[in-house]
Amino acid sequence: MNVSQAVAGIIKALGKEKVLTDREDLLCYSYDATPDVPGALPEAVVMPENTAEVVQVIKIAGRYRVPVYPRGAGTNLSGGTVPVRGGIVLSLLKMDKILEIDADNLIAVVQPGVVNQALNDALAPYGVFYPPDPGSAATATMGGNVAECSGGLRGLKYGVTKDYVQGLEVVLADGAVVRLGGKTVKNVTGYDLVKLFVGSEGTLGVITEITVRLLPVPESRCSMLAVFADLEAAGNAVSDIIRHKVIPATLEILDKVTIRTVEDYLHIGLPVEAEAVLLVETDGVKETVAKEKEVLRSVLEKHGGQVKIAAGEQERDQLWAARRAALPALARLKPTTVLEDATVPRSQVTRMLAAIREIGQKYNVLIGNFGHAGDGNLHPTILTDARNEEEMERVHRAVEEIFEKALELGGTLSGEHGIGLAKKRFLPRQTGAEGLALMKRIKRALDPLNILNPGKFVDLEDEGEAGE
Amino acid sequence: MNSFQLADLEEELLRCMKCGNCQAVCPLYRATRQEPLVARGKIRLAQAVLSGEIACTPKIARRFEECLTCLACMANCPSGVRYDRLIIAARAAAVKKRGLPRLLRYAAALLRRPRLFALTMRAAGKVQGLVFKRVPSGGQSPRFRLAADKERIFPRLAPRPYLDFAPEIISPSAGWRGLKVAFFPGCLANYVYPQTAQAAAELLASLGVAVLVPRPQQCCGMPVFTHGDVDLMRKAAIELVRLFSGVDCAALVTVCPTCGEAFLHYYPAVLTGALKEKALALAKKTMDVTDFLSKYNLGAPELWGPVPGKFTYHSPCHLDRGMGVYKQPLALIKGVPEAVFTPLREPAACCGGAGAFSFLSRELSALVLSPKVADIRQTGAQTVLTGCSACRMQLAEGLAKAGLAAEVLHTVEFLARARKRKAS
Repeated sequence: MNVSQAVAGIIKALGKEKVLTDREDLLCYSYDATPDVPGALPEAVVMPENTAEVVQVIKIAGRYRVPVYPRGAGTNLSGGTVPVRGGIVLSLLKMDKILEIDADNLIAVVQPGVVNQALNDALAPYGVFYPPDPGSAATATMGGNVAECSGGLRGLKYGVTKDYVQGLEVVLADGAVVRLGGKTVKNVTGYDLVKLFVGSEGTLGVITEITVRLLPVPESRCSMLAVFADLEAAGNAVSDIIRHKVIPATLEILDKVTIRTVEDYLHIGLPVEAEAVLLVETDGVKETVAKEKEVLRSVLEKHGGQVKIAAGEQERDQLWAARRAALPALARLKPTTVLEDATVPRSQVTRMLAAIREIGQKYNVLIGNFGHAGDGNLHPTILTDARNEEEMERVHRAVEEIFEKALELGGTLSGEHGIGLAKKRFLPRQTGAEGLALMKRIKRALDPLNILNPGKFVDLEDEGEAGE
Repeated sequence: MNSFQLADLEEELLRCMKCGNCQAVCPLYRATRQEPLVARGKIRLAQAVLSGEIACTPKIARRFEECLTCLACMANCPSGVRYDRLIIAARAAAVKKRGLPRLLRYAAALLRRPRLFALTMRAAGKVQGLVFKRVPSGGQSPRFRLAADKERIFPRLAPRPYLDFAPEIISPSAGWRGLKVAFFPGCLANYVYPQTAQAAAELLASLGVAVLVPRPQQCCGMPVFTHGDVDLMRKAAIELVRLFSGVDCAALVTVCPTCGEAFLHYYPAVLTGALKEKALALAKKTMDVTDFLSKYNLGAPELWGPVPGKFTYHSPCHLDRGMGVYKQPLALIKGVPEAVFTPLREPAACCGGAGAFSFLSRELSALVLSPKVADIRQTGAQTVLTGCSACRMQLAEGLAKAGLAAEVLHTVEFLARARKRKAS
């Protein structure tokens, strides 16, 4: 590995203005949005403006065996973009053009640096939308969304990023450019390589162009809030809604800690005595929405929920203000906010909710729990202070137990944040030694020099863990 | 939270959870898409300086300078991080180590001696033709390279500053409503746009308000404070708080939001003891002129005569997010008969002026200005209204360079015009 030669080569190829090498600037690429993971300094930050430049960077990096860390807006919650082994951060933010909006085929083609929300703003005049809406949609890039397979509030009905990516252009570790998938809905031409790269967290290739599927904007929607005096009752209502053949667009839960914190922050009249609230929205054609509204109301009431239905857009916004404020309000309480995303099959949501509450008590850590109850993807949020070593020890044990519980209930370590650095240690528990070994074989086949985002969940230099 | 020293703000730095939401609204990040230019990056740099991880290098100082202090990040911050304090503290750390940026050192030297400052500005108003040549837009450009490029267009200094001819007491020209206000025009409305100060005073008087303009006034200190010289600003704070505390009035009215913020937020923060109490009392009654008109019901449509034309409004960062005044000017403007109003798509996006920023980081300033000019162009407005003279300078330069004929006016000049039309 000869970093300085590689950086010199890149400066020569791309020009000085596209490469940052001052320590003052490198510090600003030593982290992402993940709490409680160590930062690391890269030797250079490179900002290519097109695929050809990405190819040049990758070839030079390969020649000198220098790690490359693709990076979008750095909003991920897995430590996925931290340059743990040094080398080059490849910022794709300057590749930010929407290349095509093809409303007839319900397709958009974008560069990786396009911000999720910017795409939806551009789509609005066509009456179509790109459904995956991670919490960071206003800042996160499409490249990052694809690499991390982002989820969001609409997962229950609309699915997640992988359900919308139809085509990719990828620069491989040897500099070859491959185009995968395309504009057609149906496409069975060999392995489904598009899916391989979605959620690959920058370890297999650099995504330089994305073709996504779009949907027509639903003509009507209806939101409601249900207040519960019992956490389990709220959880049971979630399962029962699905059992009644209604799939809401969003079905969110806020627990007592979250409700109180949000109310302290916003003063919007939330029921602070409640154990949980559910926020539900159904969308679609008017008649369906009207029918589903009644089903939802009766199921929620059956489980003891006090239901308030939003009349008009303004009331809808008020209802959703509580959900939008959940993380911000919790984050204000303590300096460190550990946001997890362990996910269970939706029928197990009640048990998971109860388990998280007990784990919080057992380790005496403050957990605000909220999240996408409808798809089983909860966000237990531990509020702590990274400087308090003793408390952090308890936090780590609580997190570990949350993971254990999720797996025990047939769930997964991560619903939408990815493994990256933060959950690397836990991955074998889910995949088993064979599963992780298979991932490493794929990694080795595509990136034999191990230059793409090394040190993350498929770590070729860390063989002990996989039991190989 | 009253300190502007990094060491005292460690907790505040920690409150940043690095979520990156500031990226969505930071004008410099939008223009450059580089992390060192957004709040999250600067907070990381400030942490590195504080922990000794990195020395306070010239590059760090420059990175801290590269912020518009537009407060957009703070308004969008889920954790409520007080970035306004942090950036000043970060700059103060750099100033302590390296001094103010050169351009501001000259300004600071003059600010230390308010009387010399006034003399210099007055003299400059007379001899500016030696240094600047007039350009067709009505402004002027440097004849040779100074601290600024020759392509820059500045407004001309007024031949006579406002405070040279303004009476200390301006009596109501209509029936007195029993209201007295103290008026602090600030440097730009004194030396560059005396018509703004004059319009404000005349408008208030015509609405039955007595206007007091106590002397000696001086620079509020914000230009150096914003760039990290807290001590020099404190000297101005002491003088001005003493001066205005002695005035019996219902409100302290400003036409410059940055001056307004000084009285509203920062004087109480930098002063201690009895002076702090006085500063807090003054802060309670400090308000932008449009806010005053709204609060005292002096903005009803029947007060205005017609001002035909096509208008739009640029909401200045420090008026909008700094003083919390954004609805008031719009309500007033929309009440004026025959004025056709078209809003900007992003009225509260920074224009890139930001006081000394446009001199210190000229290229970045131009990058931020260009979408603003495009936004103004799409409204088809003939007149851009705004509540800040620094924005006015920046917008006027941007429009002139883009070949747009639209003029820029302070909101209060527009309202004074509407008031005159009513009278005549």
